[in-house]
Amino acid sequence: MSANQLTLWYLAASVLFILALKGLSSPTTARRGNLFGMIGMGIAVLVTLAVVARGNVAGILLAMLIGGAVGAFVARRVEMTQMPELVAAMHSLVGMAAVLIAVAAVNNPGAFGVADPLPMGNKLELFIGTFVGAITFSGSVIAFGKLAGLGRTFRLFSSAPIVFPGQHWVNLAIGLVMIGFGVAFFLSPDENWTAFIMMTGLAFMLGVLIIIPIGGADMPVVISMLNSYSGWAAAGIGFSLNNSMLIVAGSLVGSSGAILSYIMCRAMNRSFISVILGGFGAAEGSAAGAAGEKTVKSGSAEDASFLMQNAESVVIVPGYGLAVARAQHAVKEMAQMLREKGINVRFAIHPVAGRMPGHMNVLLAEAEVPYEQVFEMEDINGEMGTTDVVLVLGANDVVNPLAYEKGSPIYGMPIIDVHKARTILVNKRSMAAGYAGLDNPLFYMDRTMMVFGDAKKVVEDIVKSLH
Amino acid sequence: MGGTVDPTVLNIVVFVLAVFVGYHVIWNVTPALHTPLMSVTNAISSVIIVGAILAAAPMETDFGTVLGLVAVGLAAVNVAGGFMVTQRMLDMFRKKQK
Repeated sequence: MSANQLTLWYLAASVLFILALKGLSSPTTARRGNLFGMIGMGIAVLVTLAVVARGNVAGILLAMLIGGAVGAFVARRVEMTQMPELVAAMHSLVGMAAVLIAVAAVNNPGAFGVADPLPMGNKLELFIGTFVGAITFSGSVIAFGKLAGLGRTFRLFSSAPIVFPGQHWVNLAIGLVMIGFGVAFFLSPDENWTAFIMMTGLAFMLGVLIIIPIGGADMPVVISMLNSYSGWAAAGIGFSLNNSMLIVAGSLVGSSGAILSYIMCRAMNRSFISVILGGFGAAEGSAAGAAGEKTVKSGSAEDASFLMQNAESVVIVPGYGLAVARAQHAVKEMAQMLREKGINVRFAIHPVAGRMPGHMNVLLAEAEVPYEQVFEMEDINGEMGTTDVVLVLGANDVVNPLAYEKGSPIYGMPIIDVHKARTILVNKRSMAAGYAGLDNPLFYMDRTMMVFGDAKKVVEDIVKSLH
Repeated sequence: MGGTVDPTVLNIVVFVLAVFVGYHVIWNVTPALHTPLMSVTNAISSVIIVGAILAAAPMETDFGTVLGLVAVGLAAVNVAGGFMVTQRMLDMFRKKQK
């Protein structure tokens, strides 16, 4: 196959990747889009195998088979509540693959059809691809640990922010030294392995250090950001191999992750920089201080069931607590029973509910909640004032009316206006403050009833008393 | 202004255009499908497997080809896992339509 033919095949694959993403504009076209993506990937792999037909194809196929089998196994077995962990793990693999390819390219540029010794331009691109890949890898490993709740066994994975004095200066210094080694690698006439290895090692360290200060509920931003990095790493490798398809695929993914990060930050009314610098929620206590004097009304699941049965409209606001308790199926059953009684039941989803973009939507989809009943925050907020009962399940900061009070740390954050509803039921495990370390005035309102307990248990009890 | 265009310049052209395409396509993705978006972009960025195949191809085994093979394996996990888990999620969104 000539280089021209190859490039045209790669072009076809690139177009298919774009179509794959375009399909996601609606659930009805998304599956066809995914098929386009698979075809694109198939073309990319097959034509590349054709190019190296005289090489070690058997070894490559074996590696693909093993990797593919592992991937298929995991994809079948993973639970939807574990999706954030899975995505983080997959980001780390892309990052690691990028680093390995870069090392192989420095070792033997000839295998990639790149001049040996490496031209300076390619070195620069390799340098960028490598350090982005390395940061993606180690950062994703930490994110994975935090999401999988490994913090108890290994403190580095703690979901609470890990902060120490001078942290940002340390990170900056490491970053600068890393770039210094990168420049040394770039400027040396031959393969400067020392500089390359030092740079890669520092990048791995940096990945760990930039993710540890970021706390659990900021994970939607972190995971989107790592998604973006994994794309840029692929694009960087594409640059160094002069492969336009890799550049296109990498840039699509890179911009996708960047846009998601932006959407997540906007939904928390925080700047990207403030999320990345981390430490949010670490200094709690001051704002929650006055909590002791106020009283809350608490009730049982039966009380909640009674209130909902006598309502005309019910809005359910799911949060991370729903995912932790794996309550999605119980919630679906409850919603269905209420609907059968002629009650208008809808779901309201805040963009940062859960641990990754779209987390709640997938959980509800798994439980087969029809998506016409699932509303985004801005589409349902206007109707909150005329809603009879709102049931908040394991969400806190995203329904905190302090967002409307000037001077509060979350002032300006868009929230679901549950405080406007006629009756508010809040399910929580305890009165502990949310991620932002803030007390929530919603809990002390006259119209609010707290239902304490595990989300799944409470919902199941409600279902029982609905019978 | 004669002569051929440097490959790096062409790469930059492709890169900038692709970022624009990505920007416009991604803003149209419905928020309900943001999780499948992340898993499918994961699968797509694993097209890096192409680079891994090239690294693994030379017949004489050395340090570089071994790394290449490992990279092929890692990327293959993502390719298979990414597309399959996306499919699984999208099937759930379809079921609800009935």
